[in-house]
Amino acid sequence: MTRSNEQTETLAFSMRGISKTFGSVCANEMIDFDVRQGEIHALLGENGSGKSTLMNILSGIYRADCGTIEVFGKQRVFHFPGDAIRCGIGMVYQHFKLADSLTATENIMAGLSEAQVRRAIKSGNDVNEHDVISSLTDRDDSSIRRRRDRNNRMSDLIRGYSERFHIDFDPDKPASQLSVSEKQSVEIIKVLIRGARILVLDEPTAVLTPQETKRLFGVLRKMRDDGCSIVFISHKLGEIMELCDRVTVLRKGRSVDTLVVSEVDTYDLVEKMVGFKIDLQIERPEPDPERLECLRVEGLSYRDEKGVTKLSDLSFSTCYGEILGVAGLAGGGQKELCEVIAGIIRPTSGDILVDGEIITGLSPRKISAKGVSMCFVPEDRLGMGLVASMGMVENILLKEYSFQKGIFVHSEKAREKSSQIIEELDIVTPSVTHPVRLLSGGNIQKVILGREIHLKPKLMIAAYAVRGLDIQSSHTIYRLLNEQKEKKVSVLYIGEDLDVLLALCDRVMVLCQGVNMGIVDTKNTNKIEVGQMMSGTKLEVLKRGVDYVSNN
Amino acid sequence: MLSILTQPQFIASAISFSVILLLGTLGELLTERAGHLNLGVEGMMLLGGAIGYYAAVTTESLPLALIAACLGSGMGAFMYGFLTVTLRVNQNVTGLALTMFGMGLANAVGSKVAGTSTPVSIQAYFEYQPFHIKNPANELIAYIDRAFLSHDLYVYLTILLAIVMTIFLFRSREGLALRLTGENAAAADASGIKVTRIKYMYIVIGGMLCGLGGLYLPLVQQGSWTDTITAGQGWLVVALVIFVRWHPIKAIFGSFVFGALSILGYSVQLNTTLAKMPIFNQFIMSMFPYILTIIVLVITSARKKAWGGPAEIGHAYFREDR
Repeated sequence: MTRSNEQTETLAFSMRGISKTFGSVCANEMIDFDVRQGEIHALLGENGSGKSTLMNILSGIYRADCGTIEVFGKQRVFHFPGDAIRCGIGMVYQHFKLADSLTATENIMAGLSEAQVRRAIKSGNDVNEHDVISSLTDRDDSSIRRRRDRNNRMSDLIRGYSERFHIDFDPDKPASQLSVSEKQSVEIIKVLIRGARILVLDEPTAVLTPQETKRLFGVLRKMRDDGCSIVFISHKLGEIMELCDRVTVLRKGRSVDTLVVSEVDTYDLVEKMVGFKIDLQIERPEPDPERLECLRVEGLSYRDEKGVTKLSDLSFSTCYGEILGVAGLAGGGQKELCEVIAGIIRPTSGDILVDGEIITGLSPRKISAKGVSMCFVPEDRLGMGLVASMGMVENILLKEYSFQKGIFVHSEKAREKSSQIIEELDIVTPSVTHPVRLLSGGNIQKVILGREIHLKPKLMIAAYAVRGLDIQSSHTIYRLLNEQKEKKVSVLYIGEDLDVLLALCDRVMVLCQGVNMGIVDTKNTNKIEVGQMMSGTKLEVLKRGVDYVSNN
Repeated sequence: MLSILTQPQFIASAISFSVILLLGTLGELLTERAGHLNLGVEGMMLLGGAIGYYAAVTTESLPLALIAACLGSGMGAFMYGFLTVTLRVNQNVTGLALTMFGMGLANAVGSKVAGTSTPVSIQAYFEYQPFHIKNPANELIAYIDRAFLSHDLYVYLTILLAIVMTIFLFRSREGLALRLTGENAAAADASGIKVTRIKYMYIVIGGMLCGLGGLYLPLVQQGSWTDTITAGQGWLVVALVIFVRWHPIKAIFGSFVFGALSILGYSVQLNTTLAKMPIFNQFIMSMFPYILTIIVLVITSARKKAWGGPAEIGHAYFREDR
């Protein structure tokens, strides 16, 4: 009895019986979720398990169909995000909510009321003995000076917060020019200045290098020590084990369990998350020993229409029967590389050869006929590769109709193929003509992959093929890629998750701002090394460093 | 030709004419900064003009005429706002519908006061020229006076409004909230900005400014009401906002250029030698501002990177979108 009393006193917030449906889909069903003050609480679950929905309800973006929310002991109803902000809830969204053309400072300031600014300055004073901020409050009030100080006051405030949490970015840069991790920093400062005591981070590490992740963890620990509560949404088990105090697992919109992280291991968590035991090991069959060259890229450069260099002097080759991984931060040139090879954009200079034959400058259809197939899953899955409002049959026909005879479209074969793909890849869809837009993310990706596999390519480009997929679907896709590899197809795998890249691929090429940082054999490398290459250190330099250390 | 362009009368009437365009541009600019493209400018100008002018003739009171113009065009803008913000209807279609609706209603209201002219008591307001120099010291001052300083208060207040609006947009907190809403409504929402309130507010204020621009036409410029009096100026405004890159200060100069082109026809007709040349046919002359509009649109769309406008123009924002 006493214990539960004690708990309610120290709870940061408590959500009770939360339900939310979207149309016929039940995203949250009677979820209870409590977070204590001063803890880092992980919210674990596969994609589509309702983590983001639950947190969007907490931050006032969605309104729950039923259920109550108590924040710091008081029951609250949030009509819009501003209400949640006023109660001290700050959310850092997975897809950053920043206006590209505004500067970091403007993005932070927009919507801030005078009262919030004053409180932020005051709280800065309480924690920080920095005179920078305190000197600002007692300036003389001549109106001209005050106006001039307003901007200074804001940038001092932002600087104060950045220093306090060791976050670093240039506040005067437009958001479009900030790196992904800088954007995240801006988002964090944005919610902190609004007085957030409860911080929700939606998959914050998905786009960071291992080094940046480490830095973020430092920041989060510092905040916890300051008494903030942090909800850390993730499906990366390692990170949860490293950072969090407690973890709540969601499965299919229901809350399964809340556990103390130090008392469990990753296998327990996976079981809770998926519902049964599964093998997390990714297989890596031996690559074809003959090492016949398939794709060869020589001195490839590409500048986009704004004149920004996206690829610079890139050279590499892939072999039949191997998976070559491409690692790099978001926007490091991966997308452009895919598009150049598939013939969607033309390189500024350089050559691309398949089987020793130059394919540079050919139309996408001709390149496709030469056996190059691309499976690209963009951030918004439906943006490329599929026509969202068409069914599977029509989407499969897109790649075939031009090779058919006569003026009419023959859909019988495509229909057969669709059923075959559905069976092989275990796709859940009411019918082959059901618009793909209405399928779940995993199923959409399987449709693309299935279509490309059925074209029997020589070279298969799989870009972000598991983006947003749950563990099981991801493993299905890894298995499919491995099957392709064993069939002696050359696979170019562009991925985000370093752990997966290192486990699945035979070799990994690291891109940093369109420059090839080096190709490493996954058997003798590690995450740290690849992470350093991702942030711009060339492999030769790294190796030299190792020699230097071992020589001394 | 050049002599016409430098005549003080020409510059003066260009400025006077550009006031209508400037008010409309400022209004549409606010609306677009909130992320909404309102193609109903023509309709709102007509609504403001007809209802305002009707009030002017019947009440003989300038304040009431101004209020009536604001209410008339504000009502049109509010309907647009309800459809596009709350019901998330396509903005282009709604704007076009507003133009048609405004045209019809304005002509119906205007026909009641057709044939009357602006009451003398209201004319008196516009005869007051605050900066007019009575005894110019020399030729140059006389020239400046006749070209730039002999205008009524309405003209100067409109220019002042453009300046104030610049400060509002780029210096004030509220202006920043407005810009963020047009750039990224989801971000604004997540920052605690009341997106719906902002959108409604600036759509309606923008509509009111268009209406005030429309009122100047029958009340001062022509002194009487004629059917569809704006004759397509609302469409010039839509292009002008792009031409001035959503910037109020640039709108002053942009609307002057368009204003000058619009009245070039009249001025040329007065010159007997030029009027005989086929290129200066009055019908061709009246095409000039619209030709410039097309050129402006072609140039802006050819320069790929320089969209420069609010990123989310035309997008309906729905918070629970997935």
